[in-house]
Amino acid sequence: MIYGVSYLAIALFVFFVLIVLGLSFYFARKTKSASSYFAAGGSIHWAVNGVAFAGDYLSAASFLGICGMIAFVGYDGFLYSIGYLAGWVVALFLVAEPMKRLGKFTFTDALDSKFNSKAIQLTAAISTLIVSLFYLIPQMVGAGTLVEPLLGLDHWVGVVIVGAVVIFIVATAGMTSTTYVQFIKGGLLIIFSTVLAIYIFTNGLNLNPDHKNQDYIQPMTLTADDMQGFTSVSNIDVDALSFVKMEKDGIYRWFTKDGDKFEEAMSTTKTIDGEKLYNGAPKEEGKFYQVGNMVTIIKDGVEVESTGKVGPLKFLSVINSSEIARYVKVLFDDGDNEVTAYVKTVTPGKEMLIPGLKFKIGKGATPLSKLNFISLMLALFLGTASLPHILIRYYTVPSQRAARKSTIVAIAAIGFFYVLTMFMGLGAATNGVLNLEDGNMSAPLLAKAFGVGLFAIISAIAFATILGTVSGLIVASSGAIAHDLVDRYMGKQLSDKEKVRAGKIAAACVGVVAIILGILFKGMNVSFLVGWAFAVAASANLPAILMLLFWKKTTAKGIASSIIVGIVSALGIIITGPSISKQFFRSEGLHGLDSPAIISFTLALLTLIIVSLLTQKDNDKKLA
Amino acid sequence: MDHGPAVKLGVDHAAKRKTRLGIWMFISYTILYGVFVAIGVANYEAMKIIVFADLNLAVTYGFGLIVLAIIMGLIYNWRCTKIENEMNKEGEV
Repeated sequence: MIYGVSYLAIALFVFFVLIVLGLSFYFARKTKSASSYFAAGGSIHWAVNGVAFAGDYLSAASFLGICGMIAFVGYDGFLYSIGYLAGWVVALFLVAEPMKRLGKFTFTDALDSKFNSKAIQLTAAISTLIVSLFYLIPQMVGAGTLVEPLLGLDHWVGVVIVGAVVIFIVATAGMTSTTYVQFIKGGLLIIFSTVLAIYIFTNGLNLNPDHKNQDYIQPMTLTADDMQGFTSVSNIDVDALSFVKMEKDGIYRWFTKDGDKFEEAMSTTKTIDGEKLYNGAPKEEGKFYQVGNMVTIIKDGVEVESTGKVGPLKFLSVINSSEIARYVKVLFDDGDNEVTAYVKTVTPGKEMLIPGLKFKIGKGATPLSKLNFISLMLALFLGTASLPHILIRYYTVPSQRAARKSTIVAIAAIGFFYVLTMFMGLGAATNGVLNLEDGNMSAPLLAKAFGVGLFAIISAIAFATILGTVSGLIVASSGAIAHDLVDRYMGKQLSDKEKVRAGKIAAACVGVVAIILGILFKGMNVSFLVGWAFAVAASANLPAILMLLFWKKTTAKGIASSIIVGIVSALGIIITGPSISKQFFRSEGLHGLDSPAIISFTLALLTLIIVSLLTQKDNDKKLA
Repeated sequence: MDHGPAVKLGVDHAAKRKTRLGIWMFISYTILYGVFVAIGVANYEAMKIIVFADLNLAVTYGFGLIVLAIIMGLIYNWRCTKIENEMNKEGEV
């Protein structure tokens, strides 16, 4: 996919980065104590904290990943929106106020508040680091994804830019600058996503989604009587599809055969000498078009060519009764060449608006695929309230009441945004903007179709989105290293100044690791990756948090062993599962379970209960 | 070793009642969320049924869960604030 560089987008991005750096410099002078570095001195107003929560939480996964997934597989992407938001209910009703009451700088503080246990300090800090790193990967992948259209640079350059800027933000002023970066970014993201949604409704739905800034090129359809100069070269059958390689003017393209008709498939071909061809030609020739359009439009029972302006509910109801051209990815070998074909698949809108296109829970479902679905929904529900970078935001406000109120502001802001993801995703699916190689770019590319200015703003905000979330994750990680491990677990008794310095060094180290991982995981859907972070967090942290709060027999050993079992089982299932195996080893994996939470959360919970019951005398000694 | 709150907090006499309220609201929401997942797994075709303003059950239920979380959050805050005002002296919490 070829993008033109947008200088306006570059200017806006640079402007935003300069503001962020200016803020960091400003707050750096005030950040002298560990309390101000790790918890912004506990002085942030609840409303600011609430929007900052949204800025922290609405990561690349939400904006780029969910919108992209909805654009490609419809409602299945929206399930992430529902699950992510539902997780805030757990945070508000069960966790917010106790976390504020029990902790100081980190989530480990709260878990360890009753015990002062080395085992909890070590395991909870490790858990924080692992969850934060898992969460960092998709953010960095998203950063790399964005720089291609925004700056015309390679993926790895984007990852390095974001890593460097964030290390600077965190290393200068810690949680205070991070809070205001997240506040600004959260506000901008919600405002401009609303603007994008308004553009979608104003534009309506159209069979030929030409836009002022971008013509729509329909894939070719050939018939036996009219081959338009193409000649058939070879055939390959893959599953139920029959692919035909056609040649014209020395360029080879792939078509699918359906009776007498040949439908063009978008394709990329990796040749044996390492060259990558897009629809048979080098990338620069621009033959690999953006796609995705309505095939039929039924409005109020009548077939039309376009709807004109529509409201949000009418937009969904028209899609429900119409048909959309989606593109399904098929991989096969053509001699020594590796071909990735994207086959046009006409999908009824009513199939796009129910679960099932990605998660096999209907036709063709197996018990395992259903278990995967349940497990994912469980992880999303339970994950939010156990994400260390979210939990530490409870220490930045002055009271329990403020913690509660800021959570409600967060729920309202995040909930509103998630409603918009449905429209942005479907808008991308129907406006001819999809980059088949990278679903994560769907929302920014939709903005580009409506105007370069909007694209520039949306892209700059998407970049800011990543900066905000990565900053929060690095603050959480640096707290885990400097405060939990060095100061408390290793008992180094750091002074306030030393603790801040240790935090800054830790932030830089975590930033470098994040950069490396962001480059390694290029190409994976960012929302899918965040699903894993949620599963690890839910398994490692939530049983410990909930049982500490609601079960008096919980012991330190119970908590520590539950965290270990949660981490090991969740990671074990992920690493041996199908997605990691396909990405790194080109194999199917040892099992078919992609989302581990249903097993790993249960195991961690059982471990906590059993070990706590077996070590009750520890608690008795403490009471004695 | 001090690992209490970053700022000094007052005593919260309302904590118990707020916790109870939170648990009940959590259970209510969890049931509704669980039913949504169960419909998806047990009978996903039911998600196609048009239930409101030409929208199917999947969309209505999904949006409903998001809106409900906001409404329940507001109710929870209103109740908690009332309980705190009743049980705590000024300056506490």
